[in-house]
Amino acid sequence: MPAILGSIFQLLFMAILAPALSWFIKKMKAASQNRVGSSLVQVYSDLWKLFRKDMVISETASWIFRAMPFVLFVSIFTAASMLPVLGVHSLFGFTGDVILFVYLLALGRFFLTLAALDTGTTFGGMGSSREMTLSSLAEPALLLAFFSLSFRAHTLSLEGIVSYFASESPVQMLFFTSLAFGALLIVTIAESGRIPVDNPATHLELTMVHEAMILEYSGRYLALIEWSHQIKQLVFLTLLADLFFPWGIAGSWDSLALGLSLALYLGKVFFLAFVIGWIEIHSAKLRLFRVPDLLAVAFVLAILSLLGQLIIGRGI
Amino acid sequence: MGGIAGFLFEQHGEKANRVTHGLAVLASAAGILFSLSILLTGKLWALELQGSFPVGALRLAANSFSAFFLLIISFLSLAASVFALGYTREYQGKPHSPSKNSKVNGTSSGNLQLEENRCQGKKNIALLGFFYNFFILAMLLVVIVQNAFYFLFFWELMSLASYFLVIFEHERPEAQSAGTLYLIMTHVGTAFITAAFLLLFIHTSSFSFDVFRAAAGTLSPALKNVIFLAALIGFGTKAGVIPLHIWLPQAHPQAPSHVSALMSGVMIKTAIYGLLLFLFNFLGETPGWWGHVILAVAILSTLLGILYALMENDLKRLLAFSSIENIGIILLGVGMALVFKTLRQPLYAGFALIAALYHVINHAVFKGLLFLGAGSVLSGTHTRNMEGLGGLIRKMPWTAAFFLVGAVAIAALPPLNGFISEWLIFIALLLGCEGASPAMHFFSPVLAALLGLAGALAASCFVKAFGVTFLGRSRSGHADHAHEVSGSMKLGMGILAAGCLGLSLAAPWVMKVLGRIVQSLSGTDIPVGAMVRKSFLMSPSGSSQFSPLLIALILSAFLIGVVIVLRVLLGKKFVRLGPSWDCGMPGLGSRMQYTATGYSKPLRRIFSFLYQPTRRVELEDEGHEMLRTAQRFESKITHHVDEWVYKPLSEFVAELSRKAKQIQTGHIQLYLSYIFVTLILLLLFFGGRS
Repeated sequence: MPAILGSIFQLLFMAILAPALSWFIKKMKAASQNRVGSSLVQVYSDLWKLFRKDMVISETASWIFRAMPFVLFVSIFTAASMLPVLGVHSLFGFTGDVILFVYLLALGRFFLTLAALDTGTTFGGMGSSREMTLSSLAEPALLLAFFSLSFRAHTLSLEGIVSYFASESPVQMLFFTSLAFGALLIVTIAESGRIPVDNPATHLELTMVHEAMILEYSGRYLALIEWSHQIKQLVFLTLLADLFFPWGIAGSWDSLALGLSLALYLGKVFFLAFVIGWIEIHSAKLRLFRVPDLLAVAFVLAILSLLGQLIIGRGI
Repeated sequence: MGGIAGFLFEQHGEKANRVTHGLAVLASAAGILFSLSILLTGKLWALELQGSFPVGALRLAANSFSAFFLLIISFLSLAASVFALGYTREYQGKPHSPSKNSKVNGTSSGNLQLEENRCQGKKNIALLGFFYNFFILAMLLVVIVQNAFYFLFFWELMSLASYFLVIFEHERPEAQSAGTLYLIMTHVGTAFITAAFLLLFIHTSSFSFDVFRAAAGTLSPALKNVIFLAALIGFGTKAGVIPLHIWLPQAHPQAPSHVSALMSGVMIKTAIYGLLLFLFNFLGETPGWWGHVILAVAILSTLLGILYALMENDLKRLLAFSSIENIGIILLGVGMALVFKTLRQPLYAGFALIAALYHVINHAVFKGLLFLGAGSVLSGTHTRNMEGLGGLIRKMPWTAAFFLVGAVAIAALPPLNGFISEWLIFIALLLGCEGASPAMHFFSPVLAALLGLAGALAASCFVKAFGVTFLGRSRSGHADHAHEVSGSMKLGMGILAAGCLGLSLAAPWVMKVLGRIVQSLSGTDIPVGAMVRKSFLMSPSGSSQFSPLLIALILSAFLIGVVIVLRVLLGKKFVRLGPSWDCGMPGLGSRMQYTATGYSKPLRRIFSFLYQPTRRVELEDEGHEMLRTAQRFESKITHHVDEWVYKPLSEFVAELSRKAKQIQTGHIQLYLSYIFVTLILLLLFFGGRS
């Protein structure tokens, strides 16, 4: 029973924490530009306000447009429910593995890109085409990074990989996983639509990817999409934290371990958000056709990671 | 039980030809019952037709492995025939379909005599139905016949029947050229298959499959290798693996859509059947490099198939290229099975084979569905070019919904069936890390990642296919005047859409049945218990598990939950309809949408080393560049295999025929002297030997 309650708690905790991470990166950018930036309350009240607003929907749109926000949210939320956050166990981690995790995210993206085409505008098509292009290249890198980690852990389940690395000694672990970390970091930047892949703060047609797809959304649907996107970003940050800094993750659900794990988890994800924010501040957005090079780097890093595991052998 | 089912089935061939599609439906249903009865009871069924046959009795027999293919063919024929009831009205120019008109009588000796009546109409439906039924019958016989000679006979029958279906709309020149190319390629393939069988015949002096099986251990390694290569090329041509695929994307789209569904869904699977028969039955022990060759061919087909599909704007050609991709995915499973077989790991080999067979049935179902969907679009709008479509989801809501199901399935997204077999193939590949050679430790995860790339590209491809065709605004008059298709066509698609869902939710049960099938193929015991537990599918190495049923439940529970929570917490939302955002410049038109060509442009650029795209822009103006009167744009990609292999080859053949022309003067005396000289030479040659 405490296991179920604990895992439900960590899932909801993640959903509620997600906007705060987006706020944190925004605040960092504001600070770097000598602005004050919005307060933490602002991101939540923005979401709340959007949820309660009426909507304007394009006449051209079909039911796909209306169904998409729900499908997107549910697919990302289900993926999140498979992820260990505070403890090594998760609510639905037993139902699938990393492959399912990746394809659940793909399910949400499939409908997101379809809905973008639904309104019959140029922007929608542009965003949809670019998103599918970039994600097609990011997905193999993500999968290969997972496979190189599972090669060592002898399991494909997220819970299994996390608990394997949590029990490794830190030095060895960093040694084995740093290349995969690089690959996953690039994929994280691409998947959460951050500079240098996509610019979340722009509505300029030359550079938009994610924003172009959701241009026609308003009110409750927009709120749901924004929130899903924030959760997806936190899912990737959590993944990085789980896989590469798993120390302190709670092995059991007693309150002491959970409290410690909670504090550590906050530290880890905010640190990773800091890294993402730092990259965002210190780099310019890449031209669309330079992004594949970056994703190719991720793929090569994942291959090197796999080779590294092979040469050194497993289970040392 | 077996006897009654056998009786039902024997009726099949004859009945199916009495009433074209109506009886094809009944016959397919009978076929399904028959094959299910074999699959579920595990009994063997056999029938020997004695008579005046030149090379011994015609022996038909079905074990679980054959029954599996029988089931797929029957199931897809069922849906395609139901669909055809409505679809073929197109060819008649009248609203109601007068039934069938061709007949086949089985005579006492077992020979078939054909009678045929023609009906008047825009197109000869009788002829269509005649070849259609023959096509189905030939496919069914191919997978149950137990004799190489008859196998080749039915194989040829299948090829010819499908050739006539491809050129059914023969007034269009592209149908003719596609048909000719198909005929040539399929005969090249058949030649190699014949060679493979003849080599076995020389070794065993028999055409019987049972004798082949018994003699599997006695083949010399060199002979085995030759037979393997011949079979791979022969069946590979039929399956459409790259670089033997060139006929497939031309021929499949030209046939009437329900026939395209059968060709792409099941005809190319008969090649998989043949290949598996050779690899796991006739050739005994297999050297390691075979598996590697198949894996290499498979990953090439998978990636190139989907990359070419992405660039297509013709809906049916896109689907045909995607069939090449899926054959590649199936062969990935087969290749891994061979690798494990060589390493004597029957459990892993069995798992990989199950994965391949699961993808065989899944691809049959969703590709059939997509081709029927494309057929509906064609009959509703009279065009296959996506650039002229758009917004069909409002005019054809049912077709759109069914096509979407097919698109989600083929993009390998949970919770539909495409993901199940993709997952199994992933696991089969990753098992290479556990039980194979050190090189495979590296290559198998990389292959798996490339499969992931193909999966992501497939998602991209089908977002384009569905989005451009069904969403947005209509791009031409074709789409403006679209209408929803008739009930039987919806039913045909509905059957397959239900199949997509059913094959996902019932995955553990399907796995158990497939386990039995693989057992009957390879003869080794497959402990399915290590792969299935309750609703979970398991990796045999224990590294992973996955429950399709639970995932479907969780997704739908969350979906209902979110909808209810939002409704309860926030009340009913108020929605106002308005025009799409036009940047403040009114007059947003359908031509401002992304086109199909535009959608795939980024990938065309990224993979330009492969496509080597060429583009040509022609501008006409009246003296000044600002006063343009017309603009033409053309963009093409290069198909390297065509350019590098087939173009030189066809030029060489043309050159050769030109040379040969010189000795053909038209004088009969000269021809007679040729014959005479040949005769003398032959007599000298053979006379000298004896």
